[in-house]
This record gives sequence, structure tokens and C-alpha cells, in this order.
Amino acid sequence: MTEPVLADAIAVAYIAAAVLFILALKWLSAPATARRGVRAGEIGMVLAIVGALVRHEIVGYQWILVAFFVGSAVGIPMAVFMPMTAVPQRTALSHAFGALAAALVGTAEYYLRTPALDAFTMSALDLEMLLGFLTFTGSLMAFGKLQELLPTRPITYRGQNVVNLALLGLAVAIAIYLVAEPGATSLFPVFAGLALVFGVLLIIPIGGADMPTVISLLNSYAGLSASAMGFVLDNKLLIIAGALDGASGFILSVIMCKAMNRSFTNVLFGAFGSVRAGAATPATERTVRSATPEDAASILAAATSVIIVPGYGMAVAQAQHKVRELYEALAKRGIEVRFAIHPVAGRMPGHMNVLLAEAEIPYDRLVEMEEINPEFPQTDVALVIGANDVTNPAARHDTSSPIYGMPILDVDRAKTVMVIKRSMSPGFAGVENELYYMDKTLMLFGDAKAVVGEMVKALSGAARA
Amino acid sequence: MTPDLITDLYVFVLAGFVGFEVVKRVSPLLHTPLMSLTNAISAIAVVGSIAITGEQRSTLSTVLGTIAVTASVINVVGGFLITDRMLKMFKTRPPKAR
Repeated sequence: MTEPVLADAIAVAYIAAAVLFILALKWLSAPATARRGVRAGEIGMVLAIVGALVRHEIVGYQWILVAFFVGSAVGIPMAVFMPMTAVPQRTALSHAFGALAAALVGTAEYYLRTPALDAFTMSALDLEMLLGFLTFTGSLMAFGKLQELLPTRPITYRGQNVVNLALLGLAVAIAIYLVAEPGATSLFPVFAGLALVFGVLLIIPIGGADMPTVISLLNSYAGLSASAMGFVLDNKLLIIAGALDGASGFILSVIMCKAMNRSFTNVLFGAFGSVRAGAATPATERTVRSATPEDAASILAAATSVIIVPGYGMAVAQAQHKVRELYEALAKRGIEVRFAIHPVAGRMPGHMNVLLAEAEIPYDRLVEMEEINPEFPQTDVALVIGANDVTNPAARHDTSSPIYGMPILDVDRAKTVMVIKRSMSPGFAGVENELYYMDKTLMLFGDAKAVVGEMVKALSGAARA
Repeated sequence: MTPDLITDLYVFVLAGFVGFEVVKRVSPLLHTPLMSLTNAISAIAVVGSIAITGEQRSTLSTVLGTIAVTASVINVVGGFLITDRMLKMFKTRPPKAR
């Protein structure tokens, strides 16, 4: 093909890819069409990659082939063999890879084009690299925390926000200077270094329960960084795909923030741990009623409707398959079982849904907070498995509580409440859960997987007797 | 600003709105697959990485480009595969139950 014809063909392929990406997200809206969405995205990506490969400017393919080979050799096994419980970690890692790619391309472009960079292109480059580098290290930190290579609790120190803001301010100042003086190559590594360090410091003070928000925010940054790359390269497909990712991450962050009744700034700069530690009330000597799994099983057997409330504790104990057995044992007896999913349950948006779907629990049994809350008063048993703060009634009425105002699952309105918990230790927020001290609450102490397993055994034993 | 950059800004703003409207409709049930799919899509950075690597304009740019292509390809193949693996699990009825 002659060069102009080829260029037009590539342009058309890119437009088709952009359309397919939008359709991919559209079809993802419902489980019935979601897999078609993945197909559309794949076709779009193939079109885009072929378009990029056949450009006349490409003079050598050897390194591209090497990179394709290595990338596939790493990416395919990671996707095929990774256990579903590791999805949050993998997601954090993939944000890191995406951001790294954008940052490195930005770096290469900078050194190729300096000092002949107009102000607009340099601004886009600045943004691409700032977001790229900080998302790279930030996502690696998030990965470390989710994989528990790093301490999961927030690490805070005096003046943390001042240090962070000063670092960011300095990076932005250098970025602005580079727009005016793109030839100042000696400042460039300083800029990149500051962005890398800022990414680390940004995630250090963030605790496990805030991960859903942070991972969404990093998702958004990675997308925006790719979009900025599109501005630098004047490639509209990159701009569109990056903007889609950026919008998606942004929406998810907003949903997560709302579900915790907190603002963006509060999540990122709120020094969550310190605020909450100060507000934690001293444990008062109150009594709880504990029960055995057998007692619990007989109460469940007598119920007509049960709502199970899963939380991160269920994921940690890997109890989802035992929960499925419990679900089946109860369903067999004609008991209506549903699952109440709080938006921030787990470590990333939708975490509980994926785990329960993996355990082959039908997804029409998984109900969102707004829909399930009116159902609790007519429910015989609410069974809480490894969830804590999202069930604390103090969020509704106790204005002095640090979680006041957070939307919760109205578990306390069910006729009987059962809570599977390892010990009486308070949750992430360091707040006592008054749910545990209610007269209608039974505490089942132990590992979620073991306790649910014993409940299933008791239920099937009772069926045989 | 050149007309090209103005057009780019239009594209960005419109794509942002489309993304917002489309993603808003995604059921919370599928928020995890959503994140892994958008992640795979934003691995479109592979296009820019291929350009930097294949044009071989300097050693530095080729090296950085090769790393960038590797990172993007991990996300492309991994992202789509894992999204599909997750979506396959979402069923209305367990297979053996009936």
C-alpha cells in the first residue's frame, strides 16, 4: 500500500477500535452480555495493535517481538493460574504495569524531542509522566499491602501531609519550569524521582479498608496517563481509551467514597488511622451471647428467610466454598437465602461478588445494599461472616462515632443476628460494634471456614436424623 | 494551541462523557470485571510503546520502549483473559443444582 492509503487504513482501524472499546464497556453493563463485551474489546485491541505495527515509521521488529513474547509469557500464566482471591493484588499490579508503560514512553519521547517541545505537548508529557510514575510506585505499594508483603495498617507520622504536599508541589513546580524550558534536561530525572517517591508516600498512610477507593483512584490515574500519552503522540485512539479508563476509575472512586461517607481528600490525606485511634471508645465490660455452630444450625434450619452478609474476613478465611455449601443446604430446605453486598466489602469494588460467583453461588442471589436493606426487618436470620464496620448500627445514630453517617447494612433489624468472628477485637476503624451486644445477637467465635463447615455438617446431620 | 490539539481536547472531553455515561450503567455486581476490562483497554498504551520501540530513534528510546511494550502486553493478554475468566463464573444457577 502507498503511504497515504496505509495511513488512512490505520486511521479507520483506530476509529473501529475506539467504537469497539465503547461497546465493550456498554455490553459489560449486564452479566448476560458481558462476555460479548470482552470479545469486542479484544477485537478492538487487535485492530489497534495491527495498526500500530504496520506503520511505515516502524523500522525494526526484533525488540517488539521480544517484548510481545516476554509480555505474553508473564501475562498469560498470571491470568490463567491466579486464584480468584488474589484479584485485588493482580489489579493493583496491572495498574502498575499500565502506568509504567505510559511513564516510560513519556520519558523516551521527552529525550527524543527535547528541547523542541511546544508548551502544550510538554504539559501533556508532564502530566503523562507525573501520573505514570506516581501510579507505578503507588500501585506497587498497594500490591505490597494487598499481598501482605507490607504492613496493611496505615503508617502515619507527624507532618506527613506537609511532606507529601511539599513533594508534590516541588514536582509540579519543576514540571511547570520544564514547560517554559523544555531543554532543562538535568531537572528531568529530579522530576521523575519526585513523582516516584510521591507515589510511595501517598499509599503508606492508607489502610486495608480504604483499598477499594485507592485502587479505583489508581485505575483512573493509569487511564489518564495513557490519555495524556495520546495528546503527546497526537493519537486519538489513545486519548479515547485512556479517557474511558479514567472515567471508569473516577466513577468507582466516587461510589466507594460515598459508600464510606468520606471525601477524596479525606481518603488520601485524612490520616485515617490517627483520627480513628483517637476516637475509639474504651472497651466497656458488656456481655455478649456466644453460641456453638450446632445451635446456629438449628436456628437456621427453623428460619424461612436468611440473609448472609459477607466481608473481607470471609475472603481471608477462604470460606466462600463452605458458604456455598451452607447456601445449598439451606436452599434445599426451602429457606430463602440471599447475600447482602456492601459496596466497600472486601479490598476492591465488586470483590465479594467475584468470590461468591467463583464459589458458584448464582448471581441473582447477590443483592446490593439499597435493595436489601428494606428486607432485613422481615428476615429471620442475618448471618454476618467476616464483616464488621459495615454492619455497625452506630453509623446511623451515634454522632460521636468516627463511622457516623456511613451507609450500613441494616443487619440489626433482622429478627436474629449471628456473627462469625475470630475474636472480639474491633474492626479496622477501631470502633466497638454495638451489634455484638444486642440481645438478639449470637456470636460464633472461630475461623469462618471452620465455623461454616460445622454448621453445614450439623444441618446435613439433622436432615438425616 | 494548534487546531490539532484543540481537536484532541474535544476528543478527550467527549470520550470522558461517553465513558461516564456507559460506566455508570455497569451493575455493581460486575465492578471487579469492569476494572480489569478498563485496565486491559487502557493497555492501549501498547500502541505508543510499539511506535517508540519500532522507530528505533535512539538506544534509550528503544530500551524504554521495549520495557513499555512488555508491560503493556502483560496487561493486554492478562487483562482480557482474567476478565473473561471472571465473567464465566457469573451464572444464574449453579450447574449441578438442577
